[in-house]
Amino acid sequence: MHARAQAGWVDGERGMTSLGLRRDRSAMAARVARDIPNGSYVNLGIGLPTRIAEHLNPERGVVLHSENGILGMGPPPEPGNADPDLINAGKEPITLMRGGSFFDHALSFSMIRGGHLDICVLGAFQVSIAGDLANWHAGAEDAIPAVGGAMDLAIGARRVFVLTEHLTRAGESKLVEKCTYPLTAAGCVDRIYTDLAVIDVTPEGLVVREIVQGWTLGELCRISRLKLRGNPVEVAP
Amino acid sequence: MSSKVVADVEAAVGGIESGSTILIGGFGSAGLPSELIDALIANGASDLTIVSNNAGNGEQGIAALLQARRVRKILCSFPRQSDSFVFDALYRAGEIELELVPQGTLAERIRAAGAGIGAFYTQTGFGTRLAQGKESRIIDGKGHLLEHPIHADFALIRAELADPLGNLTYRKSARNFGPVMATAARCTIAQVSRVVGIGELDPEAIVTPGIFVRRVVCTRGRRQAGWTESAA
Repeated sequence: MHARAQAGWVDGERGMTSLGLRRDRSAMAARVARDIPNGSYVNLGIGLPTRIAEHLNPERGVVLHSENGILGMGPPPEPGNADPDLINAGKEPITLMRGGSFFDHALSFSMIRGGHLDICVLGAFQVSIAGDLANWHAGAEDAIPAVGGAMDLAIGARRVFVLTEHLTRAGESKLVEKCTYPLTAAGCVDRIYTDLAVIDVTPEGLVVREIVQGWTLGELCRISRLKLRGNPVEVAP
Repeated sequence: MSSKVVADVEAAVGGIESGSTILIGGFGSAGLPSELIDALIANGASDLTIVSNNAGNGEQGIAALLQARRVRKILCSFPRQSDSFVFDALYRAGEIELELVPQGTLAERIRAAGAGIGAFYTQTGFGTRLAQGKESRIIDGKGHLLEHPIHADFALIRAELADPLGNLTYRKSARNFGPVMATAARCTIAQVSRVVGIGELDPEAIVTPGIFVRRVVCTRGRRQAGWTESAA
């Protein structure tokens, strides 16, 4: 099984998927949701992190923040009930929970930069062993740049989680010795959730806490091209 | 007592001259003062510096202003959108200058201008390529960048309700940059959905006090069917 998994990996992501040895995107989002304490104030980044909200039972009292001036963000509206004045940071229509509030951008980023958010969850192009994050610019010099609130969230939230696939579509590790893409912030990431593992950024480097069944630490090191430590718990995908 | 309410959008943007720096509210299309932007295009001012979170969508609003070649420079946090083709083409052709500013730094630089703050230090952007050319300093063991205020000649914003004194309330997440931009321009112009009488806005609920607002114009009629206007 392991040998086949490795062969599948060499052939690219599709081979892995067919063997089922990875978490799907819903399971990845659900795994992060489990680590968010009840009652936290949380900002979920655009893309996959947004889907964590689907796994947060309202009874847990987690309050979602949106950069564009919302606390208490609720799920998308029923079809036909979208309000163009009520959108999230990804500019998709959303709703407001009971007890939610609106405020201007300066106050919204005071919440972010002033250390008032308990957690933010961001996507990544690369995360280094020192917890450096690159998630706003894929390096191409002729690309149209866009940074949004990523740099503010990365330095401002008390804890920064990264949620991302372990490898790029081309099969390259998103965990790296040193980021080659432009940085969002240095040394900001606390924990990384991938489709294969949960990994903490520590002063001693990356420590694997959980690994998806069927993988060994050695295999994870090999595809990451990194020395990873830890005595990970094996978990179901 | 004179009212700040002007008759139409043409009057509202009167006096905006070429070379002006203009703050434009909105996050995507929420809070975007579309009618004021259209009037600004008709007004003809060029060589503008625009400060706004995005650089336009499709061929409307800020994109139309760019397409009309009125803008020399834009400061924004997120110019790239799925439909930002007007900006993208001008940028790739080197026909517009871009100053990319992290969103929180953009809001705070505008706030600093409105609050009379000379400059401020922030951790955002330290150690990144956006730190190039900026003074830095270690404060409490953490790297910070020195950021300067963004002063403007005009601010174009969209609010929900206004009174003749220029007091404003907003609607939902259309508030975004409006209140902070209103403080940072020599002349702030607000387009609103409705004008109410003096005393009709709850003083506890006024978000932008009239001291920050020079002109108000009512632009109703663009609301989608089924929307209910919030009451004063």
